[in-house]
Amino acid sequence: MKNEKGTIVLAGGVIGLIAAILVFFGNPANMGFCIACFLRDTTGALGLHSAAAVQYIRPEIIGLVLGACIISLAKKEFRPRGGSAPVTRFTLGAFVMIGCLMFLGCPFRMILRLAGGDGNALFGLVGFVAGILTGTVFLKKGYTLKRSYKMPKLEGGIYPAFQIVMLLLLVVAPAFIHFTEPEGGPGAKHAAIIIALVAGIIVGILAQRTRLCMVGGIRDAVLFKEYKLLFGFVAILVTALVMNLILGAVTGTSYFNPGFAGQPIAHTDGLWNALGMYLAGFGCILLGGCPLRQLILAGEGNTDSAVTVLGLMAGAAFAHNFGLASSGEGPTANGKIAVIIGIVVVAVIAAVNSMRKEEA
Amino acid sequence: MKKVDARGLSCPEPVIRAKNAMESGDKEYEILVDNVVAKENVSRFATHQGYQVQATEQGDDILLKLKK
Repeated sequence: MKNEKGTIVLAGGVIGLIAAILVFFGNPANMGFCIACFLRDTTGALGLHSAAAVQYIRPEIIGLVLGACIISLAKKEFRPRGGSAPVTRFTLGAFVMIGCLMFLGCPFRMILRLAGGDGNALFGLVGFVAGILTGTVFLKKGYTLKRSYKMPKLEGGIYPAFQIVMLLLLVVAPAFIHFTEPEGGPGAKHAAIIIALVAGIIVGILAQRTRLCMVGGIRDAVLFKEYKLLFGFVAILVTALVMNLILGAVTGTSYFNPGFAGQPIAHTDGLWNALGMYLAGFGCILLGGCPLRQLILAGEGNTDSAVTVLGLMAGAAFAHNFGLASSGEGPTANGKIAVIIGIVVVAVIAAVNSMRKEEA
Repeated sequence: MKKVDARGLSCPEPVIRAKNAMESGDKEYEILVDNVVAKENVSRFATHQGYQVQATEQGDDILLKLKK
């Protein structure tokens, strides 16, 4: 079992390294990876929202899913499954995204923001931990979305296959796909396609093998005193931080800027940073994993996770169509209302699914 | 012997069900899971609780025999 911890620390280290390098190669600052932001950009590229600053088909997402798919096939862990409360999962996914876009990042980017010195992410972390703790109360009370069942191979393969279509759309770039204009916002900042794709594939493979999950770390520590996943979380933070310091020293441009004001793609409203991540943490516990983990599971043929990812994308579309997403200026009034509604909806889902008696 | 059917349950429910079952303090349990991640998680937890774990594949499922 010690071996397992060593492996996840090593994998977390490589992932932290890759995340820092992706920023060097052109990704937005403190955004080597952000599953929420990247799904949001991809959603925009497909024209499902029209926020011109955040539209791009992110190859990292494609790579994560394909990497997980390839390695799970190779390891005979590709198992098409589904049927565990898909509409509930879709709804949870949508609200998790709304929480993430209040904070401006998924749990993965929260770590990377911390590694870049963004103090606002500390408020996010506090909310995130509180959300996880709330979720674990329901888990202990017997919360379940019931069982999933074996599905046909095709059902499990559709979502990974869809990623190849996305890659083609990215490379061919037909006129109906929307890309942020150069200098037009975060969507315009990206590493070269091949670099981002390979980075995604490597991280997808590592995350599949180690079962890395940002909510799982804190959850398992609280519930079972199991620290394996938490080791991965910490390894990413430490490596990304060290890499940021090294990159800063080598390039002369600072990658580590401790402080609160003026942080890249972030705002300073502590309360709403915390509440956004509270919603994300709570929702992710009910889903059984963070957005990264959902992508990896979708790559392994888990169609409940594929539906969750579609929910995340729908949430991103709502967030930008209805003016819910925060900006560097801060949260919006609509966004605050949506986060409150989200917390209520997630709490109701948690409570209702904890009350039922276990089936035989 | 207490048996737990944890097939098809999302993370971390298989471990929670195993943990709840273990509260009866028996020496032996059988936990049925249907994926490698649940097998790893339940095995890890049971090992830390002082059980010896023996896994046998049963078609698409995996039967974990826990013994103290």
